[in-house]
Amino acid sequence: MTQQVNDNIVDKSIKRVHKLEAKGVKVFYDDFEAIKGIDMQIKANKVTAFIGPSGCGKSTFLRLFNRMNDYVDGFRMEGEILIDGENIYKKKVNVEQLRKQVGMVFQKPNPFPKSIYENVAYGLKIQGIKDKKYLKEKVEDSLKQVALWDEVKDDLNKSAMALSGGQQQRLCIARTLAVEPSIILMDEPTSALDPLSTAKIEELIYELKQKYTIVIVTHNMQQAGRISDYTAFFYLGELIEYDKSKKLFTNPEKQQTENYITGRFG
Amino acid sequence: MNNIKANRLKDQIFKFWGIACTLLGLVLLAIFIGSILIDGLQRIDWDFITSLPSRKAERAGIYTALMGSVWVLVLTTIIALPLGIAAAIYLEEYARKGKLSSLLEVNISNLAGVPSIIYGLLGLEIFVRILEMGSSVLAGSFTLALLILPIVIVSTREAIKAVPQSVRDGSFALGASKWQTVARQLLPASFGGILTGVILALSRAVGETAPLIVIGALTYVPFAPESPMDEFSVLPIQIFNWISRPQEGFEVNAAAAIIILLLITFLMNGIAVFFRNKWQKKLG
Repeated sequence: MTQQVNDNIVDKSIKRVHKLEAKGVKVFYDDFEAIKGIDMQIKANKVTAFIGPSGCGKSTFLRLFNRMNDYVDGFRMEGEILIDGENIYKKKVNVEQLRKQVGMVFQKPNPFPKSIYENVAYGLKIQGIKDKKYLKEKVEDSLKQVALWDEVKDDLNKSAMALSGGQQQRLCIARTLAVEPSIILMDEPTSALDPLSTAKIEELIYELKQKYTIVIVTHNMQQAGRISDYTAFFYLGELIEYDKSKKLFTNPEKQQTENYITGRFG
Repeated sequence: MNNIKANRLKDQIFKFWGIACTLLGLVLLAIFIGSILIDGLQRIDWDFITSLPSRKAERAGIYTALMGSVWVLVLTTIIALPLGIAAAIYLEEYARKGKLSSLLEVNISNLAGVPSIIYGLLGLEIFVRILEMGSSVLAGSFTLALLILPIVIVSTREAIKAVPQSVRDGSFALGASKWQTVARQLLPASFGGILTGVILALSRAVGETAPLIVIGALTYVPFAPESPMDEFSVLPIQIFNWISRPQEGFEVNAAAAIIILLLITFLMNGIAVFFRNKWQKKLG
């Protein structure tokens, strides 16, 4: 039974359910090898969690999918990252276009020092969309998706910096949704938030997976257990174990995984 | 026990020494401003500002020098602003961090410390002679623009650097290009800081005398400049000219002109502080 689940994840014949794919991926920062050869397939419309101790390469790996490592000095990559079967590290790929398809939410809420409205409309405006009515609808729609609309609908022109941390993070998610990506990468989105705000974001992630493929890095194993369908455990730049979350958290195959999830190190 | 007493005594001594040092600077400045005000304040009236220079001290005014200063200030801004900001954006956001960029960085900081008279010589050779601008407002403005360019670049870079990395990340992650991120996020967010640096640089330019004398600005002009190619004088040169005259009346004129020049620089610095505070609030 367990074997079958594992096979399912790496089965290359079922292409359509594999939204993201990594093939022999290695990442170097100058001479340091941060990712040491990872093969992985991530399913569409599921929540996949990356867990592992600090410095294990999970954030670096996540940032490969929207090429956010490109600006890091000394960054070099080997292997392929495929989205819907297309290698996104080919020369011809338009990185800006790619990032509209692959949204990202960061560890610390990072609203722009602009109004709430401008924050959400930004991704559309940079695409050259000027139609005020369309922008308004889109802003309202995005804020409703993250359940922020009722809280801010009268303050759309106020600075986003005045919102609470949890509201800011939901605003950042709304901003990402506005450009209609198909994949959302989340890099420890709740680590800077209080429990109540965290619960709201988790609820939101659960709803969003109907429409989006979500990959989330988290330090919080309870969180990974609660919200993710699949979980991948990284250690020292390697993918140690990758399975259905239920299976990985209750009956892991590898000793290292068990040690980590039972809190013996990390 | 003794040790503690000795330490406390040292502490007290240093404290009073520090107060004395601080006061020395302030008192000297106060004496200077006070004596200038006593000498010059009664001379300042509308006529003083709107009169042309004259050989008779009581009829002489600063109109031509003031207009010269305004012309130079405006043209210097027009020249130095786009150059300085573009260079700063390139160095901060586009240039790869490496040996070349750190070499550039060190040299720009060094340029800020080059004596202003050297810029005057450079301006004389390039703008006045090779480019045949003559001793015009334009040549003076180019020279002063060169002089303040390093300050503009350095302060603009600081302002852009102060925008958190997370703003860039957020912008890139939504599919913005580098230019869009610069134009729509970084420049608006650092506007206050850039403006502060530019105003401070300009308030330095408005007080410069040496480089303008070198490129041949006049000490006596009967008319205010009407185009960038006209000859000109500026306030500090006018002051220098009046002070070097033997008649007592001109000394009063010089004091009055100094008050006007100080007012202009204080006003500019005040505006700079205002924008800096406003900007800090916005980012916080």
